[in-house]
Amino acid sequence: MNDVAIIGIGLHPFGRFGDKTPFQMAADAVEDALVDAGITWSDVQFAVGGSWEATQLDPITGLLGLTGIPFTNVFNACATAASTIDQAAAAIRLGRFDIGLAVGADKHPRGSFKADPARMGMPQWYGENGQYVTTKFFGMKINRYMHDHDISPTTLARVAAKNYRNGSLNPKAFRRNPLSVDEILASPMLNHPLTAYMFCAPDEGAAAVVLCRADLASRFTDAPVFVKATEIRTRNYGAYEVNTTWAAVDEDVSPTVYASRAAYEVAGIGPEEVDVIQLQDTDAGAEVIHMAENGFCVDGEQEKLLAEHATEIAGPLPINTDGGLIANGEPIGASGLRQVHELVTQLRGQAGDRQVPGEPRVGYAQVYGAPGTAAVTILSR
Amino acid sequence: MQKPLADVFTWPADEPQLIGSRCERCGAATFPVQSRCPRCPGTMAEILLPRRGTLVSWTTQGFPPVVPFAGDATGENFQPFGVGLVQLDDVVRVEARLTESDPARLDFGMEVELRIVPFYVDADGVEVLTFAFEPVGS
Repeated sequence: MNDVAIIGIGLHPFGRFGDKTPFQMAADAVEDALVDAGITWSDVQFAVGGSWEATQLDPITGLLGLTGIPFTNVFNACATAASTIDQAAAAIRLGRFDIGLAVGADKHPRGSFKADPARMGMPQWYGENGQYVTTKFFGMKINRYMHDHDISPTTLARVAAKNYRNGSLNPKAFRRNPLSVDEILASPMLNHPLTAYMFCAPDEGAAAVVLCRADLASRFTDAPVFVKATEIRTRNYGAYEVNTTWAAVDEDVSPTVYASRAAYEVAGIGPEEVDVIQLQDTDAGAEVIHMAENGFCVDGEQEKLLAEHATEIAGPLPINTDGGLIANGEPIGASGLRQVHELVTQLRGQAGDRQVPGEPRVGYAQVYGAPGTAAVTILSR
Repeated sequence: MQKPLADVFTWPADEPQLIGSRCERCGAATFPVQSRCPRCPGTMAEILLPRRGTLVSWTTQGFPPVVPFAGDATGENFQPFGVGLVQLDDVVRVEARLTESDPARLDFGMEVELRIVPFYVDADGVEVLTFAFEPVGS
């Protein structure tokens, strides 16, 4: 088995870009990643792409060069971009290729995600009844979590305020205006206890990563970042997740917990060794829960950690240093690759105003989405 | 004229029940009915679910859901509604609307009971009915 290194990263800004297609955004991100790696498109031996709205991203070969490479498209809802990295890294680990590309892009219409429930295996009445709404699941999950573990609405607002603040330091973020805890708490209640400014928004953007066999990385860069683990898990019997009409009485933990445990084991790294963290903050409550589900604190400890600013860029647990989904929005095909772009930037020491101090060595990224799919990626210098 | 949103509850009935299924091999239950067991290789048989349960968690739907929402999606006449995860005895938990949407009147562990309630009037003038859980004693 080969080790795998990331040698190039590229990011198209996240936000709204008029008539620009997801293919054009993806091609821009790929070009940035190629330049960063010091290679050309003809050096890329294979690609894995992900998008919801574009269905297939391989038309970008028409913009970058029709070189005939294998190009595989994957879809795993909010875990799509993490799945492109998982599949690209697996192909290099297994020795099928030496250099490859993971790329994701999306261009969602304004407003909450729209789709036919049948595409997710859900009955039509579930949508007609007004239950095919991902945000209400997150409302229910954090509402119960706050009740069980004494988390206050102020803590949720602190998470969102921190992510907007980090986003204001990120020139490629969608929402770049800091918002106060009071402003966040006072915004309209969408799904109790989650207010409008506690949620991310579907938007547009693209991201790309060039990966290669680790023993070749020194040809391209003197600062390779190694892919230590990529793990994807779906829900177990007993989990209550997005898009479901029922759950078992005997509760089981979320797929994130399984993906996280597996990733730590494969990487041979524990949560105490992680220096910079990216978590799925679909909403502020999700970030709070994911802190515990990924092993960074025990349930309920978040109240104190947020009050002590522990998850700020300069804190002991820097989380979502580029503003996360709350400040960047969520173009599904690109979101997990944006997380990896930020981790690599941080591990290289190139994050400028938002650089985590102390020369971070290990980065951790987690995504979670419908219908109960989680992915964890662990990177290390 | 009235009709149910879908064939997932008994109607008309004085004491309506949700229609679920239970595995003949391991006892796992689902809502609505499905043919294959989600836990084991067993097959499922139809059962009527208990009418009463307790509220495991809840939230409010404060904005109009998108298509294919059958209610007022324009927002003009949209009424926020409650949504809950309800545990029906020790059989199964179901996700459902609640008749109550005021957070001050909802609580964890609260006892709730199934109701069949008017939802919307379709293009043919037929009143479509849906299912929702109501706090007991309200």
